[in-house]
Amino acid sequence: MHPAFSVIFFTTSSGAGYGLLALMGLFGAAGQLPQDRWFGLTGLFIALGLVSAGLLASMLHLGRPERAWRAMSQWRSSWLAREGVLALATYVPAGIFAIGWVFLENTSGLFALMGVLSTVMALLTVIATSMIYRSLKTIHQWNNCWTLPGYVTLSLMTGALLLSALLMVFGEQVRAVHGLVPVAIVVAWIVKYVYWRFIDTTQSLATPNSAIGVDGASVKPLDPPHSTENYLLKEMGFQVARKHATKLRLISIATLFVLPLVLSLIAYMGVGGMIALIAAVLAVMLAGLGILAERWLFFAEARHAVNLYYGAESV
Amino acid sequence: MTSLPQSTNKRLGLVIDLDTCVGCHACATNCKEWNTGGHMAPLTDQNPYGKDPDGVWFNRVHSFEVDRGDGPGVTINFPRSCMHCDNAACVTVCPTGASYKRAEDGIVLVNTDKCIGCKLCSWACPYGAREFDEDEGVMKKCTLCIDRIYNETLDIEDRQPACVLTCPVGARHYGDFNDPNSNVSKLVAERAGRPLMPELGYNPTNRYLPPRARRVDAENIGAQSRLDPVSPRKGFLSWVDNALSR
Repeated sequence: MHPAFSVIFFTTSSGAGYGLLALMGLFGAAGQLPQDRWFGLTGLFIALGLVSAGLLASMLHLGRPERAWRAMSQWRSSWLAREGVLALATYVPAGIFAIGWVFLENTSGLFALMGVLSTVMALLTVIATSMIYRSLKTIHQWNNCWTLPGYVTLSLMTGALLLSALLMVFGEQVRAVHGLVPVAIVVAWIVKYVYWRFIDTTQSLATPNSAIGVDGASVKPLDPPHSTENYLLKEMGFQVARKHATKLRLISIATLFVLPLVLSLIAYMGVGGMIALIAAVLAVMLAGLGILAERWLFFAEARHAVNLYYGAESV
Repeated sequence: MTSLPQSTNKRLGLVIDLDTCVGCHACATNCKEWNTGGHMAPLTDQNPYGKDPDGVWFNRVHSFEVDRGDGPGVTINFPRSCMHCDNAACVTVCPTGASYKRAEDGIVLVNTDKCIGCKLCSWACPYGAREFDEDEGVMKKCTLCIDRIYNETLDIEDRQPACVLTCPVGARHYGDFNDPNSNVSKLVAERAGRPLMPELGYNPTNRYLPPRARRVDAENIGAQSRLDPVSPRKGFLSWVDNALSR
């Protein structure tokens, strides 16, 4: 699949934003985070800023962005519509939670409830995003049980990295959050590892034979149906060279998992010091690069069934 | 509504005979011609007279070489268009309600006034039936010539999809698959018509008739394998024959 920048930016940016919002809602409601209004303001501004920037980017890739409001109506059948509804609805508890924190410096009672509700809604939105891909039977690399946990764990992982670094910037120590970061990285890494193993060792049930309804030993393309690239080839026919995919995976593993894991352990052990702060901020920056590579691969390595008509031997 | 109808009164669709299709692209050309003025009009093109022309088509004719293990490979010309599936995921993924499947005849259509151009429906289609119109920013697709088949200003024999009418070898057939006595149902029964990629579970309406088995060589009836030329008995040719045989 063509890795469109707007969709890569949307899923990674809003994923990290929802992860941060979910953790702030949960830890804030539990009274684990500083009640200071400036901390609340900065954290929720980053969370909702990332979410909103992502949502705006996702509208830019529409052919008719001015009609985007229509995309909420079909929540009964469409995961994209559900995502839209959930994304908008999340602003309500998140907004009330933010009012309590920023204006009243209060994250308990009703505001705690709104915090927990923000967590639930944020996670549901990320799940809806992942289900857009998970539900497409045309793309074996997405239509499997590892897509959803991949999106959720990476969202929480990038959110945890952001929250930990933010706490350190404010000179705060919340062991539970700093300790959560390496755990989240390991979990996300395991899920991504299993996902990559799965797509490397399995393929779609559809074959060139079933695509044209003729049995036989081999189906070879003879004459193409058109002399230049068409919409299908531009959108669905993207192919990433195997050697580049391998290299990009290594880059992704190093910057998304290995280095942030080491840095987050350094930050956890030296919490309160300057080195810990630098390590936590560096981990965020590296993971930011890594998640872009990971999401680019998620699209580039996805092989759509229509490619069977254009010479692919398997998808 | 992008929820699918439980069942449809008719199941209109096409049967395409891969044994007969000669790959002339007339169906694709006439499709473009009719539909650029029809329900989905216009089917825009980018750079149509330039080096890299590109544009919206509802029908694409591939050709493949298939080795079936019964002699040299066979050439199969393969027209590909919308299958008007029972489980049309292109409809259910649509967030706006622009895509829909008609309960009366099963035809899958796009309301281009509601389409936001998110392209998700084209991702959901394994057959590559939907093509994005760059000019209008909306998705377009085969309508089964809904503006021909119900068009009372046309003669009754012309109320068929443009691709079916134009096929010079009669490789395309149109009808109701819910009617066991329709021409398409009979053809599918006779020739073991097949749905494409049934393993993906879309339950497409259109069926493809696979090429018939290769004709086996005739039995040995004792005929000479090679014929000797008859020598002329008289006249000029006989003289030439004799002179050269000497």
